[in-house]
Amino acid sequence: MTQALEGFLQALTAGLLIGAIYGLMCVGLGLIFGVMRVINFAHGDFMMLGMYAAFYLFTALGIQATFGSALGPFVAILLAGPVLAVFGYAIHLALISRVSGTRTSSLEGEGHYAQLILTLGIALILQNGGLLVFGSVLASIRTPLSSSAWELGPLFFDVSVFINKARGIDAVVSLVTMTLLTLLITRSRIGKSLRAAADNPTAATYMGIDVDRAHRVAFALGTGITAIAGGLLATNYPFHPFVGVEYVIVMYAGVVLGGMGSIIGAFWGGMTIGLVQQMSTLVLPTQLQNAAIFVVFLLIIFFRPQGFFGRMVERT
Amino acid sequence: MQGLRSLLPILIFTALYAALSLSVTNSYYQLVMTLVPVWAVFGLSWNLLSGYTGLISFGHAAFFGIGAYATALGQIYFGVSPWVLIPIAAMLGGVAGLVIGFPTFRLQGHYFALAMLAYPLAILYVFEWLGFQEVTLPIQRDNPIAYMQFADPRLYTLLALAMMLGTILLTRMIERSRFGMALLAIKQNEAAAEAAGINTLAWKLRAITLSGAIAGAIGGFYAVVLLVVTPQSVFGMLVSAQALTVAMFGGVGTVWGPVIGSVILIPLAETLNAEAGSRFPGIQGVIFGLAIICVILLAPEGLFWKFRDFLRKRSAPRAGMTPRAPDLPLAAAIPALPNSSRPARSQDEGNVVLEVRNLSRSFGGLKAVQNVSFKLRRNEILGIIGPNGAGKTTLFNLMNGFLRPGTGEILLDGRDMSGRKPHELCEAGIGRTFQIMRPFLRMSISDNVVVGAYVRARTDAEARQLAAEAISRVGLSDIADRVASELTTKELRLMELARALAGQPRILLLDETLAGLGHDEANEVVAVIQRLARDGMTIAIIEHTMQAMVRLVDSFLVLDHGAVIVEGEPEAVTRDSRVIEAYLGKKWVAHAPH
Repeated sequence: MTQALEGFLQALTAGLLIGAIYGLMCVGLGLIFGVMRVINFAHGDFMMLGMYAAFYLFTALGIQATFGSALGPFVAILLAGPVLAVFGYAIHLALISRVSGTRTSSLEGEGHYAQLILTLGIALILQNGGLLVFGSVLASIRTPLSSSAWELGPLFFDVSVFINKARGIDAVVSLVTMTLLTLLITRSRIGKSLRAAADNPTAATYMGIDVDRAHRVAFALGTGITAIAGGLLATNYPFHPFVGVEYVIVMYAGVVLGGMGSIIGAFWGGMTIGLVQQMSTLVLPTQLQNAAIFVVFLLIIFFRPQGFFGRMVERT
Repeated sequence: MQGLRSLLPILIFTALYAALSLSVTNSYYQLVMTLVPVWAVFGLSWNLLSGYTGLISFGHAAFFGIGAYATALGQIYFGVSPWVLIPIAAMLGGVAGLVIGFPTFRLQGHYFALAMLAYPLAILYVFEWLGFQEVTLPIQRDNPIAYMQFADPRLYTLLALAMMLGTILLTRMIERSRFGMALLAIKQNEAAAEAAGINTLAWKLRAITLSGAIAGAIGGFYAVVLLVVTPQSVFGMLVSAQALTVAMFGGVGTVWGPVIGSVILIPLAETLNAEAGSRFPGIQGVIFGLAIICVILLAPEGLFWKFRDFLRKRSAPRAGMTPRAPDLPLAAAIPALPNSSRPARSQDEGNVVLEVRNLSRSFGGLKAVQNVSFKLRRNEILGIIGPNGAGKTTLFNLMNGFLRPGTGEILLDGRDMSGRKPHELCEAGIGRTFQIMRPFLRMSISDNVVVGAYVRARTDAEARQLAAEAISRVGLSDIADRVASELTTKELRLMELARALAGQPRILLLDETLAGLGHDEANEVVAVIQRLARDGMTIAIIEHTMQAMVRLVDSFLVLDHGAVIVEGEPEAVTRDSRVIEAYLGKKWVAHAPH
């Protein structure tokens, strides 16, 4: 009995911790999807780049030497965000803007076909280019915190819960980033233009908002946010150039769960995915963890396609 | 004859490819030669669903993988030959299509695409869990041919080519039938297709079943060719991506697209892998990706369409000068309107064809239509007017089944039709046009209109006949072969009218048919509508141009805030102070002539 309870609480904790990172990851994609309505297949690979960026910043560019092994990784991870944001900005400027935003009206299916295949092409280049540049050896951002834990409790009946220190800090960093992003979007001028461009691109254009620029900013922000999430993930999970494919599904599941177009919804969507993944280990074999995610994903899509926070918009 | 001639390029291509494949001796290149038609077939199966309906599937690997595993496991555990198993794989793929399609088609756009993404990946993990990480097909030494194991690998190529030819022919047949027309209509505008009498769910289910069957069969064949099946190699995301990449690269919505895409991309990727793969791991993926990006930026709809549009542009000036023979006996000029007006309509109750009773519908707190009642008599033209947001289009949406009424009845010949689906109401005789036009831009006027005719026609020939009649009724016979993208707004409006007429409705609902037209153009369209009424059509029309309306309609129904404020003859309605107030505000009521 005690053991089952302990297992449950431990899975719940693990779910909440990983869910916080997944949530941030989903927010990055949700921002792009919500503002631009572009399905970005390469988003998982952007995250992969974020992981490597944090890795090299940490090991090669002297952050480890300056800040030490405990604090260093988190400094590197937070720096990887802006690096990838610049990358995302450039990718949008050079490629994505050619098949999205105000240019799509002349294309069949509003450019969806073109967007899909373009981002697929980008994904292929990033994955295989990553293999060329980084090699196929598993990498990880090592910190002594990854292998130590705080013990909570004993809470009751001698039940205690362990929180991995690295994951605990990851979750805190994730929540802080999320809060800052929310403030940026709700309070700042740029955030307002993003929301306007997302809500009604045509009306936003009439109001003097440069919709293409808003898209570019959203794309850069989304890429940077997901890169931070990727870096956080990398403190606990080893990664390789093809890691993006594994997570892109989690991201989409989270975004749809939360309701496409809702930023805060995407966070809770990602959190739910993390919880489902960890809690399912209690009843399902480990290999079926991810299958459980998809089943939940499908169920939500069928019964509440607008997600938790989304609203249905019908147009004839 | 025409059908045969159009097949000629395909037959020549297949023959040339077969000849080329027989001359290849290197076993690696022989495998590549086999994989090209294999991926082409998979791309074609994707194209059949996603290319024609516009519903993008990221999950075609589900069908491919089911076929591959069925074939591999069937041979391992039951000793059945692939000759039997591949048809079974096709059946399983079809069933999977139906099972997946039925719930998933309730979703639209991105939701559909993303839901499809989840199926193969969920199955992937299940197969891994079941312990089928790597399944190897047993080598049959006794009777290899009976187990589809050939000593000469070129036979696989020929078999794959045969499957490709079969798939192309099937797709071609579908493309030219009402099946293909229905799918294209769904792609352009699902709502409009439903309103034109197309049972969209039924056609989509047929498409995904067939598509799944083809993908299942080719998946089974793929297992036989490679002899090894792993969950990643048949259910993985890259497999689904392969289908859409070859199709989109070559061009969606045409049989040539996946074939072109496969012929270019597969050898490119495989050769790069063989030549440089050991020194530069991943180089093929990089170049593959670059090729895709280049094409999408230069020809975003695929190579085939780019090429075709290019050819069309070059040949267009000449085509314009060649005189056209009238293709159908009905293609005669429409006689000018006689001065005599239409037969007088009796106010007799027996002539009521459509009656709306206490119809209401609200969206959340907004009462879009409240308690609306009116009668539509045979051969009457009813004008529905009111300020923006008065609920006019919502009323039409309720009448043709796009929306379910909250309360109230819609009686067609005394039978309550409320809550029926749009295609059922279309069958029952209610046709409509839309405020926002959705023509099928790459199709000719005739083809556009044929889509609307299938609801009445039993055969394709009959549909063509009905379409030709409808086109002549709106006076577009002379330009019936022109592609919709070249038409003016007026011609497009008339074409939409013809599409609604082709289903031979008894009642036409016209939603702002005159919008965006100049004065003279509007007059021409009004003349066409008048002629329809003279020929016995019953019409309800939403319009803002009062000038045109006053001359056109027999009576007005004025809506404001979802409710009827006035109903009656044009003369009386235009002087009514409530109408003036609704349109212009209180201030102007005083200025109005009484």
